[in-house]
Amino acid sequence: MSTNNKTGKPVDDLSGVETTGHEWDGIKELNNPLPRWWLWTFYGCIIWALVYTIFYPAWPMLSSATTGVLGYSSRADLAKTMSEVQVGNQAVVSKIAELPVADILADPELTRFASAAGESAFKVNCTQCHGTGAAGGPGYPNLNDDSWIWGGTIDAIYTTIAHGVRSTTDPDTRYNIMPNFGADQLLDAASINTLADYVASLSGVEGGVNTPEGAQLFTDNCAACHGEGGVGLTDLGGPNLTDAIWLYDGSLEAIKAQINKPRHGMMQAWSEKLDDTTIKELAVYVHGLGGGE
Amino acid sequence: MNTTDDGTLPAADLHEVEAVNSAKRRQPLYAPRRKIFPKRAEGNFRRFKWLVMAITLTIYYVTPWLRWDRGDYAPDQAVLLDLANRRFYFFFIEIWPQEFYYVAGLLVMAGVGLFLITSTVGRAWCGYACPQTVWVDLFLVVERAIEGDRNARMKLDAAPWSADKLVKRVSKHALWLLIGVATGGAWIFYFADAPTLLGDVIHLQAPMVAYATIALLTATTYTFGGLMREQVCTYMCPWPRIQAAMLDEHSLTVTYNDWRGEPRGRHAKKAITAGVPQGDCVDCNACVVVCPMGIDIRDGQQLECITCALCIDACDNVMDKLGRERGLISYTTLADYNANMNLAAPEGRLDPTRVRDSITGRFVSAIRHTTWRSVLRPRTLVYFVVWAGIGLAMLTVLSLRAPIGINVLHDRNPLYVLLSDGSIQNGYDVKILNMTTQPQDMVFSISGLPGATVTTSGANDVGGSTLQLAVEPDLVLPLRVYVKAPPSEATGQIDFTMTITNADGTVSASTPVRFETPQD
Repeated sequence: MSTNNKTGKPVDDLSGVETTGHEWDGIKELNNPLPRWWLWTFYGCIIWALVYTIFYPAWPMLSSATTGVLGYSSRADLAKTMSEVQVGNQAVVSKIAELPVADILADPELTRFASAAGESAFKVNCTQCHGTGAAGGPGYPNLNDDSWIWGGTIDAIYTTIAHGVRSTTDPDTRYNIMPNFGADQLLDAASINTLADYVASLSGVEGGVNTPEGAQLFTDNCAACHGEGGVGLTDLGGPNLTDAIWLYDGSLEAIKAQINKPRHGMMQAWSEKLDDTTIKELAVYVHGLGGGE
Repeated sequence: MNTTDDGTLPAADLHEVEAVNSAKRRQPLYAPRRKIFPKRAEGNFRRFKWLVMAITLTIYYVTPWLRWDRGDYAPDQAVLLDLANRRFYFFFIEIWPQEFYYVAGLLVMAGVGLFLITSTVGRAWCGYACPQTVWVDLFLVVERAIEGDRNARMKLDAAPWSADKLVKRVSKHALWLLIGVATGGAWIFYFADAPTLLGDVIHLQAPMVAYATIALLTATTYTFGGLMREQVCTYMCPWPRIQAAMLDEHSLTVTYNDWRGEPRGRHAKKAITAGVPQGDCVDCNACVVVCPMGIDIRDGQQLECITCALCIDACDNVMDKLGRERGLISYTTLADYNANMNLAAPEGRLDPTRVRDSITGRFVSAIRHTTWRSVLRPRTLVYFVVWAGIGLAMLTVLSLRAPIGINVLHDRNPLYVLLSDGSIQNGYDVKILNMTTQPQDMVFSISGLPGATVTTSGANDVGGSTLQLAVEPDLVLPLRVYVKAPPSEATGQIDFTMTITNADGTVSASTPVRFETPQD
């Protein structure tokens, strides 16, 4: 091992390179300098980082951090992007705002836009009850099918969303109440059984029996809202009892339970929370789910 | 004859020089670059390189300006990478993003092509067609035009700063930057309508990314072509490392035939008179001064050599002057070289007299000369077959592909919907692709699902199993499709088919689809 005459540091004989003087188990570390371009890149990165901290939020202070002379913030960036998108969509959105909801469907481009916007509004506001696929569940209507308690035209859907169902705050809300036939002793147990058998028979539910007594009971007590023969009355929100679709469970037991002491769902009047354009978009989306009339 | 009486070259043809990157002087990685002043070469390979340079530069600069009529609905630029609309146009071919495998196929072809070329003619790509080589050549043209050839440039480099040197240096770098701008400027035209973009760029109306691209490519072209040059090949490029695996003993490479060249010497006649055998190499260093990589080919095959063959030109000129056979430096295979080497130095000591007939002075017949036959080998044939096979397969697929398409995504939630009459409805997101440049009236139909009807979102069910669609040119039509099957048919999982057909029924595309029903 020789030494460098200038620096006095030890030099490795084999490679002729200075060593750092560190030694582990007889292995010494060569002190090769970094390639110059690498060194410059390294210095360049340091300078870049310092300049960066001047222009962008960086140094932590006591309560916050330096904001940087460019005043950049990712929140403002997002807000800017969003407002740019909103400005870009302004023409279409204002058209949706102006047109009656039924006329939107006449324009395929407008329908596509409204449907996409409605879908995102649906995901935020409606999926909690109706499900992400709008398939509903017991007590929460499936919006994909063609059975509509309050009507499946675009205007009826729009009205239902805007004013809700059995809303306590909207005077124009969709409202009806089915009497507690059993609980309030409007019908005795035997009559309820007969009536339930008849109702079940209308759509072929297992265990259903069509009897003249049942038909008479239905005409006397139910037809006013559910229509002659149980085909439903959308104006009154009386569900169709002859089809394959049941809001609650479609078994004979569930039918009896509903006659005995009906359950009633409610939906808030969305006009209180959402603007009219969004409600129109929601209506277009729901109408396009596959069951719209 | 242009030689002096004793068979040596005149002093003007002798260069007192050692290659800056010769084997002995090779530097560590972190040393500063040593300047190389390549002398202008003359000869067949130089002419061939001018030709390749002209062709490649023409292709690069002219291609974006070629027009190709595609009708009213598509751009008329022959080669266009339309990133915004995600379309790639190449003359009669239009590729959509989902067909990117064509580009992948082209890249595979380029890779196999590189193997093919390398195993046959060595690093021909490096020496002739690589953009780095072509642009460095172009930059050297500028440098020579302004500062003169090798000696003048060396003198200028060593001279103290003066008005003359300043003018030359500034104009050289300005021209280099101009080439850089032109290089970056041409690149952007591949991504937008060239005439429009040119106007926009000039009037400062072009998008920021265009200027950024020009700036970036100007910087890289200037740095790589003007300042870094051979360092890009030696230090940055992986190919010199990979190519060693591609070469074999039958690949053509630029070789110094020391079996006839050594021992080298400038005073051949004196040496021979003194009884010392002399090779053909007169140690004039002509091969060293023309080398753009700054190496000495006589050190043997080396990583730095891009096989530009300029040393062959330089050496051939000297051999012509000396009245000796050309090819002291030549394209030779390692196999031939080794055979000749064994002939010249059977006991490890080189004696060039062994390869020459002592009476006629010609090469003995046992000397092997590399011919074009070395190109035809199983290895290169396999590469060629693979390369051509991929090309043919792509052409076949391309010519057979339907210009319309259909993609279907079945609803996941809900999988199926029970309707009031007991029938089952399934929803699908359908995308109809019109890959032609004309609007098309198409028919959407289903088959394999008896009694089923189709509707689109918001439309009334009219009971048909087809839909009439107007699809705009070169676009995708997204469609919500509902398929309704009667209760009698709707059991289990049913596989059926969705088909899209053009108006006259000549072209169609189908896709298998599943229909879901309640499972008990």
